[in-house]
Amino acid sequence: MTVPATQAHNRQGSTLPRGAAPDPTGPLAVDATGLHKSFGTHSKTVHAVNGIDLQIRPGEVVAFLGPNGAGKTTTIDMLLGLSKPDAGSLAIFGMAPRAAIAHGLVSAVMQTGGLLKDLTVRETAALTASLFAQHQPVDEVLDRAGILDVAGRRVEKCSGGQQQRLRFAMALLSDPGLLILDEPTTGMDVEGRRDFWQAIRADTARGRTVIFATHYLEEADAYADRIVLVRRGKIVADGTAAEIKNLASGRTVLATADNADAAALAALPGVDSVQVQGERLAIRTKDSDAVARYLLNSTNAVDLEITSHNLEDAFVALTGDADAAAEITGTESKGK
Amino acid sequence: MTTALPATGHARNVPPFGGLNPTLLGIEIKRRFRNRRTLFFTVAFPIVMFLAFGLQFRDTSIETGRTVAQGAPSVVAFIMISMAVYGAMMASTSAGGAVAIERQLGWSRQLRLTPLHPVANIFVKILGGLSIGLLAVLATFATGLAIGVRLPLHVWIVAGTAAWLGSLVFTAMGLMVGYLVPSENVMQFMGPALAFLAFFGGLFQPLDTMAKPLQDIGVWTPTYGLGEIARSPLTGDAFNWLAVGNVILWLAVFGIGAALAFRRDTQRV
Repeated sequence: MTVPATQAHNRQGSTLPRGAAPDPTGPLAVDATGLHKSFGTHSKTVHAVNGIDLQIRPGEVVAFLGPNGAGKTTTIDMLLGLSKPDAGSLAIFGMAPRAAIAHGLVSAVMQTGGLLKDLTVRETAALTASLFAQHQPVDEVLDRAGILDVAGRRVEKCSGGQQQRLRFAMALLSDPGLLILDEPTTGMDVEGRRDFWQAIRADTARGRTVIFATHYLEEADAYADRIVLVRRGKIVADGTAAEIKNLASGRTVLATADNADAAALAALPGVDSVQVQGERLAIRTKDSDAVARYLLNSTNAVDLEITSHNLEDAFVALTGDADAAAEITGTESKGK
Repeated sequence: MTTALPATGHARNVPPFGGLNPTLLGIEIKRRFRNRRTLFFTVAFPIVMFLAFGLQFRDTSIETGRTVAQGAPSVVAFIMISMAVYGAMMASTSAGGAVAIERQLGWSRQLRLTPLHPVANIFVKILGGLSIGLLAVLATFATGLAIGVRLPLHVWIVAGTAAWLGSLVFTAMGLMVGYLVPSENVMQFMGPALAFLAFFGGLFQPLDTMAKPLQDIGVWTPTYGLGEIARSPLTGDAFNWLAVGNVILWLAVFGIGAALAFRRDTQRV
């Protein structure tokens, strides 16, 4: 069950008020077709990525949502040129991933590691900046990431949140067109997570394309224009948070009416079920607008209510996997 | 703060020299000099060893016919050069071996997300090792001067240069082990190996004063080759082709080993 790609993209086109309008004639930020990647030997092969098609236009903020082991990191490694797909084609701004890296067009914030403990924050940023042909002023970027005040501090003396904002600053130095975040808030406390997303949000307002992998549903819901739901190496849904919620379990329309025809309601497009208890109606539907229009135009319905379901419901419905759903809704923090 | 969309496409360039630049090199050298443990083993330790073993031989000539008072070089100069070789070797090995730590910390992976070419990074490691190696050689020689070692200028220069540049063999060894061993404790593994090489190569004690079987092993160590070459302007011995062959052989072994280990590593990342 997947939102047709065109539908998702049209929706994107209309919801792009961020920053300057991306160049519609330019190449796609990500253009991946038929990506496959397996690990292991013949006897025990793991298909980490099993046929992923993904087109991301400049300016989109996309959440890559899925349980651990869904293939998110494997896909990201391929986008970054850290590993080569077994099959399929992949271009970043029309270039091979390694070339896009060399041109400073794409950068990434990894979840852990990637820092030298004995360098100061500013040295780390200065070193990273020096590697690019063009880069932003170091102190300006440190300021934007909110760590200018600790610029002279050794990395090993920084908190986890500060280290993560340093990784973010390093990724911003080349002013990349595409920023990839692999589970960027893993291990952060609530406050650190909020500060981090605040910094990202301020940055994406400038029109940068962002892909972030997460298994926190709330992050995907709160920060992404578009959610790509991945499971077992495949994309199982692709659309806005609202579309995905709607897709999975639709919405429930509640109303009170004494002259409604249950059969006519059930015949409306998108309706999954109609429950009648006395005068109270409960209609589960994928197209709540059509049901509401019908109720208001053709019946004497009053007290109309439309409730949507959350992403967790959507995830369970789409993947039939309650364990994975529990994992992505934050209950997993007990286990970690 | 600019509000323009980040530039994409042909507005961006690829940096020259694979990303190699003075800032990167400067920070690498600063890191080497900031590491107290490295400084101790590469600079302080050889000087202490030199003074502990060398000082007593200040008036002992290395020649049979002449005394030190008559202008012959003293044994202390011999030990000084051996210790300079030792210091440079420690510096180079730890500079090369640093890649193990950087791999473990995920720094190599981070660098793969920048335009820096992996070969440029190796070049930086080599130069970083040479910079602290130079300090080790100069510090040992300065100590020698201070306690009264007097040698013709060409001996200082040739011996010092040989000790310094010859240590590239050990940069290669450090890189090879650094790319093979997935551990932050690579120097704890290499420390004993280096002590072994230093001893059997005759850096702590001249090889010809050891038992015959030890000598037979010793001539095969890279430390022996390097020590012989570095000390040759002092001893005035005939040019030792065996020592040169020894160093070239080990440079080839470690260089090829490092290249293979490096290729394996960058493919996997």
